[in-house]
Amino acid sequence: MAPIAKIIGQRVALGMLTLWIVSVIIFAGVQFLPGDIATEMLGQSATAETIAAFRKSLGLDLPVHLRYAYWLADVLRGDLGTALSNGRDIGELIRPRLFNTLFLALTAAIMAVPSALLGGLLSALYRNTFFDRLINVFTLSSISLPEFFIAYILIMVLSAKAGIFPSLADVDSTAGLAGRLNAVALPALTLTLAVLAHMTRMTRTSIINLLANQYIETARLKGLPEWRVLVRHALPNAWAPIVTVVVLNLAYLITGVVIVEVVFVYPGLGQLIVDSVQKRDIPVVQACSLIFAATYVLLNLTADVLSIVTNPRLMHPK
Amino acid sequence: MTVIDVRSILVVGGRRFVSAPVSAKFGMVVIAAYVLAALLAPHLTPYGEAEIVGTQFEPWSSKFWLGTDNLGRDMLTRLAFGARNTIGIALLTTCLAFSIGAFAGLAAATFAGWLDQILARLVDVLMSIPQLIFALLLLSIFGTSVSALVVVIALLDSTRVFRLSRAVAINVAVLDYVEAARLRGEGATWIMTREILPNIAPTLVAEFGLRFCFVFLLISALSFLGLGIQPPTADWGSMVRDSATLISYGDITPLLPAGAIALLAVAVNLVVDWLLHSASGLHDA
Repeated sequence: MAPIAKIIGQRVALGMLTLWIVSVIIFAGVQFLPGDIATEMLGQSATAETIAAFRKSLGLDLPVHLRYAYWLADVLRGDLGTALSNGRDIGELIRPRLFNTLFLALTAAIMAVPSALLGGLLSALYRNTFFDRLINVFTLSSISLPEFFIAYILIMVLSAKAGIFPSLADVDSTAGLAGRLNAVALPALTLTLAVLAHMTRMTRTSIINLLANQYIETARLKGLPEWRVLVRHALPNAWAPIVTVVVLNLAYLITGVVIVEVVFVYPGLGQLIVDSVQKRDIPVVQACSLIFAATYVLLNLTADVLSIVTNPRLMHPK
Repeated sequence: MTVIDVRSILVVGGRRFVSAPVSAKFGMVVIAAYVLAALLAPHLTPYGEAEIVGTQFEPWSSKFWLGTDNLGRDMLTRLAFGARNTIGIALLTTCLAFSIGAFAGLAAATFAGWLDQILARLVDVLMSIPQLIFALLLLSIFGTSVSALVVVIALLDSTRVFRLSRAVAINVAVLDYVEAARLRGEGATWIMTREILPNIAPTLVAEFGLRFCFVFLLISALSFLGLGIQPPTADWGSMVRDSATLISYGDITPLLPAGAIALLAVAVNLVVDWLLHSASGLHDA
């Protein structure tokens, strides 16, 4: 077997192991509850018999490891249980919201990735000039801005003053693509600004590191113009770090999406998890955090695998 | 015993301040202003922290400089008290995170072996779940109170401190003078606190600034979501949430607490940037 396939195999196996441990943590969290879900659901006034019967119907009388096995088997079949607050099926509750969240994140990614690459490339090309400093100051300060600050400034300027986009992003399933895009414009723009800074800076750094290589020096000494050195010699080798940067920052969207959805009252997964934490609807919180965490682990895994596949040096481990 | 010479510290500190770049000076002045506002909040403000003094959402006036919030409390007063609460809680959390993380990191580097392996793997797993999502999960289990908030965020953030302090301490733990201390039979506590800690302290100090920023933004985000610092305590994150409706009428009041959070985060970053830069010995060409 080729060594590279072995490395990737190991990495994927490690990723799956992480995913499994994450599921154990998310399941185990609930075991710390004072009392259990049965007492939470039935409230203070329930008698001991009702609680015992209810526990039996939920399978809470089984030992922990069996409960975990059943829970995991259900989750793998796509059955996420029922919500405590309204008794609805969590899978049904989540599906349209997951679609909305993915739509928002995808729109943000489509806006963020090309502009970050272009910005990073240009500031690497014109490094230590006024343009580079401008991008540097912009990215450094936008890293420290909370998402809701960016969001409210955008609402202030583009919605309240200019009236271009709606400040509330409530979409329903009947809305067409144009309607959806109009609704998610501001939230997507907020998310874009939130991840743009990291992506731009990391692109700039990886290209500058690359430009320090000797074959770049050779290309320059041959008398090639700077843009040609960058596009023909540096860029093909820069894809690996850049792809990693992009995927890692997409994982960062997960945190951003929670805040942004709440600001714009967007019916997505982020808003659902926040509402459920307030209501202490633990099965829903469990399901949502499982989805968020799994996405995060899988994105990181993808970044790792891509960087192995695209990096020739990693193909020949010492 | 060495006598600490206050005057020479002031002189050296003053010189360093003068030689700092404009951005770092700006950062330090901003931080000093925040600290003053936090310390002097009760003396600076005309009303009490949770005192209802007017009607809902009164506009800016000579009586209420920045208007009133959704319950008719003075906005300016709550901003000043918010400095105290928000920064105080974030600082407490960061200190707790550092105590846990740095101790665990030092222990892992000093003892190595299975303790190191267990701690490192545990941290790997904890870090594989996004912090905000993990915090939401834990807060839904333990409920939203300030003490739960501080402990949960400190535990989650201590993983980052652990990684850094372990990485730095491992390099120090193999040096000759640590080996010498081991050979003369010093205990593990001595080696950790007297041999290794002083040598990794500068790195930890810069990291403290970055971690504080991160914790401060995370707590503000949670408060904004209504899951962090709870009313009636004045806090910037929940102030943004409470006055958010004003923004659609073109009123900039909700931007003030949000801006207060952003400005402090930027200021701390600027100072840390300078500290790291001057500690690494890099100088602008």
